[in-house]
Amino acid sequence: MTTESGISRGESAYEPVIGMECHAELLTASKMFCSCENRFGGEPNTRCCPVCLGLPGALPAVNRMAVEHVIRTAIALNCSIESEAHFDRKNYYYPDLPKGYQISQYGKPIGSGGWLDFEVEGKPKRVHIRRVHLEEDTGKLIHFAGDSQRSFVDFNRSGVPLMEIVTEFPPDLHSADEARAYLTELRAVLTFLGVCDGKMEEGSLRCEPNVSVRLRNAETYGAKTEIKNLNSFRAVERGIAFEAGRQATLLETGGVVRQETRGWDEGRAATFSQRSKEVEQEYRYFPEPDLPPLRLDEPWLERIRATMPELPSSLRNRCLTEYGLSAYDARLISESRATAQWFEAAAAVGGDAKLVVNWMMGDLARLVNAAGASLDQCPVTPQRLGELVTLVSSGAITGKIAKAVLDEMYATGEPPAAIVEARGWRTERDPAAIRGLVEQACNANPEIVADITLRGLTQKRGFLIGQVMKASGGKADPGEVNRLLDELLARATGA
Amino acid sequence: MLQNHRDDFLNVPISDLRSRVVSGELTVTALVQGYLGRIQTSDAEVRAFLAVTEDRALASAADADRRIASGEPLGPLTGAVIALKDNLCVEGVVTTAGSRILERYIPPYTATVVTRLQSAGAIVIGKTNLDEFAMGSSTEHSAFGPTRNPWDLERVPGGSSGGSAAACAAAMCSGALGSDTGGSIRQPAAFCGVVGLKPTYGRVSRSGLIAFASSLDQIGPFGHDVRDCAELLQTIAGHDPLDSTSSTMPVPEYAESCGTSVAGLRIGLPVEFFGDGISPTCAAAAREAAAALQSMGARVEECSLPATAWGLSAYYVIAPAEASSNLARFDGIRYGLRVSGSGHIGLMEATRGTGFGAEVQQRIMAGTWCLSSGYYDQYYRRAQQVRTLIRGDFDVAFERFDVLLSPTTPTTAFRFGDCADPLQMKLGDVCTLPANLAGICAISIPAGLVDGLPAGVQLMARAFDEEMLFRVGSAYEQVRGALQPPRVGASAEWMAA
Ligand SMILES: [Zn+2]
Repeated sequence: MTTESGISRGESAYEPVIGMECHAELLTASKMFCSCENRFGGEPNTRCCPVCLGLPGALPAVNRMAVEHVIRTAIALNCSIESEAHFDRKNYYYPDLPKGYQISQYGKPIGSGGWLDFEVEGKPKRVHIRRVHLEEDTGKLIHFAGDSQRSFVDFNRSGVPLMEIVTEFPPDLHSADEARAYLTELRAVLTFLGVCDGKMEEGSLRCEPNVSVRLRNAETYGAKTEIKNLNSFRAVERGIAFEAGRQATLLETGGVVRQETRGWDEGRAATFSQRSKEVEQEYRYFPEPDLPPLRLDEPWLERIRATMPELPSSLRNRCLTEYGLSAYDARLISESRATAQWFEAAAAVGGDAKLVVNWMMGDLARLVNAAGASLDQCPVTPQRLGELVTLVSSGAITGKIAKAVLDEMYATGEPPAAIVEARGWRTERDPAAIRGLVEQACNANPEIVADITLRGLTQKRGFLIGQVMKASGGKADPGEVNRLLDELLARATGA
Repeated sequence: MLQNHRDDFLNVPISDLRSRVVSGELTVTALVQGYLGRIQTSDAEVRAFLAVTEDRALASAADADRRIASGEPLGPLTGAVIALKDNLCVEGVVTTAGSRILERYIPPYTATVVTRLQSAGAIVIGKTNLDEFAMGSSTEHSAFGPTRNPWDLERVPGGSSGGSAAACAAAMCSGALGSDTGGSIRQPAAFCGVVGLKPTYGRVSRSGLIAFASSLDQIGPFGHDVRDCAELLQTIAGHDPLDSTSSTMPVPEYAESCGTSVAGLRIGLPVEFFGDGISPTCAAAAREAAAALQSMGARVEECSLPATAWGLSAYYVIAPAEASSNLARFDGIRYGLRVSGSGHIGLMEATRGTGFGAEVQQRIMAGTWCLSSGYYDQYYRRAQQVRTLIRGDFDVAFERFDVLLSPTTPTTAFRFGDCADPLQMKLGDVCTLPANLAGICAISIPAGLVDGLPAGVQLMARAFDEEMLFRVGSAYEQVRGALQPPRVGASAEWMAA
């Protein structure tokens, strides 16, 4: 068995070559070829009709919204777009495939020959896209533990519109980091376009990387393996790193890489052989006779172009110029449309965009993650976070108090101002009151005062400030505390 | 009263039946009972029906009689009693496609054509026999046994819609629906002496038709005369959102074309349809039909459709290729027959191996081969190119001619077992399948008897010009005159009933 060696430490003679095949479930009201509702989960086989069950005599009818979503994506990925959408049948047998074939696009994908630009560790990167096409999802086999005699099939997902995005060959990606960055940017683009919710854990965005390695600067490509069952960004990154390392070590020790499909075991953090793919599967593609070509005429394309939403790259630019954020923050904000919209709504109220990001990505993210929720399910609305940030930046409450206010907001959904008033948490600014607390802290810690005044250990001021803040319940205005402490220490030095 | 007059059932146009039931001369119930009685006395011999939906038909008839009595509005097909080829799905009624694999399959939805017939007032009387999954030219390849020709019980009725043609010929219904992939309506219509129409591809929705070859299949009517076919097409034609290949072109008033003059029309006789392999008697019957039309003022000339020579080869690549894919869904997982085997794939293999008959298995194998990656270009793509050439031939011919006329079949109905050579059997479709490859419309009309058996004359017209077929076809019926009924149709038991 091999370990994560070689590639990731950068000492190998081999470099990884990574192609990405991503499947995105499209956000449409109905399925690809029938009017059944398109929704995740649910009681098995409750969203099925003769068409998506492939009953004899049932015929498909194309969902135009799904086609539009693919066109939108193709435009965003700089692809050229076919003037007609053609459909083909991909024939194979599996119990979850009700018609014995999948309707897909083989000969002529809707989009082809595009690219996606993004940054990896501050450096620009371009990945070429070979094709963007439309197909239908299959059903799902369900096995119950202890029942090896039977399998069950759920066809709720059968006929759900899927978009496949395939990178160009030879691949442009050469590390797990790059692959992850590509996937991150792709997900951002898809969610900004509103064509996919990007939820990897629910399978609405699935990624199957093809990994091979070759000697650095070599022209030839080794045998590639395809990794399945990757349902998080982390798994994609770790899976690719492991697989590239495994292949390099194998080659370095005189082994041979077999072309195969490999699964990802999250627990063992390792890939494992699923099935050998030495014989290419025979899909017997041919044009789908039940669907005439769909004309993608110029007026339709023009309407779609005219309604293209802002893309993540543009938002990132605005984050730098309009909001004055760092490149790092800009990237965080633009990871998905939900995050971006949340941020912009909060910043519109909160004023200080940098502070808004800090609160969003810091304390709020901590609360949301702890609840196992996502931002769109968060009880704190962007407006409320904006209000909280305003309270902090105006000095009405201290940063320390604000954390407590946020906890309350998350728990109760109350507006921050109401919480502050009810708890009497406004900042204490009265010099007399603060002077009293400062004096109390100094009197209680004469040796610290001496360290500072006699031995010049000024870093110990922090301790005294902490004592004052603690005594004020976190409400004392930090500026005033500092000023009065300086005054007192100066007097002590002079004395 | 009714049953004493044979003509009340046979050769009575649907429009006459309608006026008789509307006027109260005849109840719909009596009409349905008449057909049921006819089935009872004749179908033991003919075996046209796989299922007779007696209870449903009588209930529909009672409802129709109630509507008539209370003066409620009536559909245009009130009084029409229709048999359906058993590859058309009807909710709640076993639909087998002539195959063991669907022996007990009950569809949860109804084919669009059937819904349209019913809303127009027609009553469905039963499901008729067919070659398994509509693959065949004799109705010998049904898993449930052959149907016999009402003209000669030792002969085949033609296929694959042999059950519908025979039911119609033996007057067990006022009309029937079939499906035509390479001649499966017209060839049995010719063998059984009834009118059979293959509409233009896309004219009629295929939703609910168990597919054989999607790009060739088209549902069409059988009738006792051309006008009946026009009336049935009127009801079933038109766009259906459930079938993306169905046309949005408006549906003309077809019956109005019946009986209009053919003077000045240009009729072409494609020489390829009169040459080698076509029996001289069938060719002569077609030439006589042309002469009859000429006597009514039409201009008749010979022409050539050279690419049709390759039609048979192209057809026997495209149809099995599409069939191999269309039939992949019969895997034993969700419905129909299931035969257990080892694992998922074993179960599918056992189910398909047991459930499909030899003819179907052979075509699935051939189709799978034609689509496989090493042979796709050599077979499937080539066949599609031939198809384009055939379309081109028709386009050229239709610049000169309003309609093309030919024999429907190379021979009259053959005896059971006489066509043991599968290639010989397939040659039976040689005159009909070019129309399917080109997607145009075509009709077969009885052209009298040849040696005591019906022969058919085929008319072919431009895509969506069914009106031309009805116009020329009904004119020909006028000069041809009435036909005698088949042996079974004239049988003594029935006369006495
Ligand atoms: Zn559905």
